Amino acid sequence: MAHAAVHDTHHDAHDHKPQGFLHRWLFTTNHKDIGTLYLVFSMLMFFVGGSMAMIIRAELFEPGMQLVRPEFFNEMTSVHALVMIFGAVMPAFVGLGNWMIPMQIGAPDMALPRMNNWSFWILPFAFTLLLSSLFMPGAGPQGGWTLYPPLSLQGGNSVAFVIFAIHMMGISSIMGAINIIATILNMRAPGMDLLKMPIFVWSWLITAFLLIAVMPVLAGAVTMLLTDKYFGTSFFNAAGGGDPVMYQHIFWFFGHPEVYIMILPAFGIVSEIIPTFARKPLFGYQAMIYAIASIAFLSFIVWAHHMFTVGMPLGGELYFMYATMLIAIPTGVKVFNWVTTMWEGSMTFETPMLFAIAFVILFTIGGFSGLMLAIVPADFQYHDTYFVVAHFHYVLVTGAIFAIMASVYYWLPKWCGNMYSERWGKIHFWMSVISVNVLFFPQHFLGLAGMPRRIPDYNVAFADFNMISSIGGFWFGASQLLFVGVVIHAVYFSKKRAQARVWEGARGLEWTVPSPAPHHTFSEPPVIDNSQLAHGDVTH
Amino acid sequence: MRKQVGQHESVKHDARGIARVALGVVAASFLFGFAMVPLYRIACEQVLGIKLSEGAVSAAEASSMQVDPSRTVVVEFMTSVNSKLPWAFKAEKTRVEVHPGELTEVWFDATNQSAQAIVGNAVPSVAPSAASAFFNKTECFCFTEQVLAGGETRRMPVRFIVDPQLPQGTHTLTLSYTFYANELATRNLALVNPSVDGIAKN
Repeated sequence: MAHAAVHDTHHDAHDHKPQGFLHRWLFTTNHKDIGTLYLVFSMLMFFVGGSMAMIIRAELFEPGMQLVRPEFFNEMTSVHALVMIFGAVMPAFVGLGNWMIPMQIGAPDMALPRMNNWSFWILPFAFTLLLSSLFMPGAGPQGGWTLYPPLSLQGGNSVAFVIFAIHMMGISSIMGAINIIATILNMRAPGMDLLKMPIFVWSWLITAFLLIAVMPVLAGAVTMLLTDKYFGTSFFNAAGGGDPVMYQHIFWFFGHPEVYIMILPAFGIVSEIIPTFARKPLFGYQAMIYAIASIAFLSFIVWAHHMFTVGMPLGGELYFMYATMLIAIPTGVKVFNWVTTMWEGSMTFETPMLFAIAFVILFTIGGFSGLMLAIVPADFQYHDTYFVVAHFHYVLVTGAIFAIMASVYYWLPKWCGNMYSERWGKIHFWMSVISVNVLFFPQHFLGLAGMPRRIPDYNVAFADFNMISSIGGFWFGASQLLFVGVVIHAVYFSKKRAQARVWEGARGLEWTVPSPAPHHTFSEPPVIDNSQLAHGDVTH
Repeated sequence: MRKQVGQHESVKHDARGIARVALGVVAASFLFGFAMVPLYRIACEQVLGIKLSEGAVSAAEASSMQVDPSRTVVVEFMTSVNSKLPWAFKAEKTRVEVHPGELTEVWFDATNQSAQAIVGNAVPSVAPSAASAFFNKTECFCFTEQVLAGGETRRMPVRFIVDPQLPQGTHTLTLSYTFYANELATRNLALVNPSVDGIAKN
């Protein structure tokens, strides 16, 4: 113990990073290093999942079966979703939380640094398990990421690998969430009141509560799948008195909060970036917090809108329809507040701002198609068509992923100390924003015309829009190589050093430390100067 | 310096406390996931009026219902067999017209198309689900396991009464049966009765 204490003091005094790859990365308890690990892992998974999307779009380029077997196509749709949700979007947000939350609230590190290390290092093992199922006899999951029984249980023993992978991902997210809650509630610098916290921190606090409330429900649901397959229980087995529809209820009780877990931190990011580049404080800071909290609450009571067609009683359908539409109110508050923040601001359009504005516009389109899906009679036509695919890709790609990219451009100079190339950043933005619409907008029309999702072949009537969508897909996929290029250039090759306050209009504690941020920041709690906080003296 | 160390320790203690509470929430929501199984049944039966229990109604209850000759309801029958069960299964009539309160008998035929004796269970379902509480069976092959020897055909009755209190808007009820192989009972049958010709040995 004494030795450890001496060791720690040594580090604090000299701000030396641990030497050697293992000590620096495998044994790290430093929130910045773990944040970097999360972000690099997420980028890797983004390309793994993205390659699967490329296979899907290549097969759908023309009607007929060209490239892959239908079983393999179904594996691609299922694993693409699992990888993108649990491997790309969620770890990216946890990585951003790790990097930014301690610096934004003036804490020296996360509250539980060893658990932090553990929660990251579970992930590579979880995804090795998941992806190895693709190479097993009986193949990987083919019944979609939702794993609906009885279909999902008809695979080989790889089902067990997928279920254990999901258990591990769940444990990782739960530990990450507990850490974030403990950090925010416990480690804020003196004077950093809850209602002075940056909105990104607020959005993560609420997201973390969603995570600890619903990830265990998913763990329970997949555990029931496991016992149904291997231990003779009949939770979802109609032959034994179970009910497969009950799985859908349990799954979506997790699943709907889960989709907000993937968007609330994005709301926080955009609420950080827009005020910076509009050079105005966020309009309606407290309203934004209440809106996030209302959305989080509503997410628990709307789950069955994913399953209107299972044969629910009319009363149930009406309730879930109206409750779902209620979510448009707090979401509308947020969209109007972002627009009002920009109103009469001295706006400049650096790459993070471009992504943030694209987020506001394109996420709103995704929100509107969500409202259309909430209407029960309309949903009977839209259910399981490409309209749904278009809807959730608008909210997840142009919503969550665009916000993540915006945040990387926004905070990258703080992380690595160098400015990225604004010219190439903008090229990446325009390539992405045009191609993503070529990719997903035609899918609305395909869905309205009746093209079902999760199929490798389709009626020739859908040929043209599918070809346009595939071209957009390849274009969007290739554009993301630019993103990697811009990031690598900024980290290793850029000659342009970043200031401590990287952006002229940026406010908050993270901009008071040098760029790159030293390995240890705020070892002594900072003295809070309200005028330097984004919301220090804002009372609304 | 001394004060700072003390502060540091209390901070750590608090973090553990918060983590413990959060772990409690995690444990509670894991259990809640399983609690949704009984909650789902309660919600269906008590709140939404969907009948999940598939027992017979008593003769007394059945005879207490008044026939309502002014009203005619169509009852349709659907049959399906799970792919793991090598049986054929058909309803003799696919639709009958009944008066609410009237005891009606219909017949179903099941044939074991394999050479082995197999135990099957039929799982019923009534649509629309909100009308399921008004559909009462006094006799059904779905109440018990059905054992069919290899190649055997059995004619099986279902007797039912539609409750006269069936909501006015409901004109058609669909009764659907799916036959599943009861693998456990089939195995036990082979163990108990190894001498019986044609019984599955696996």
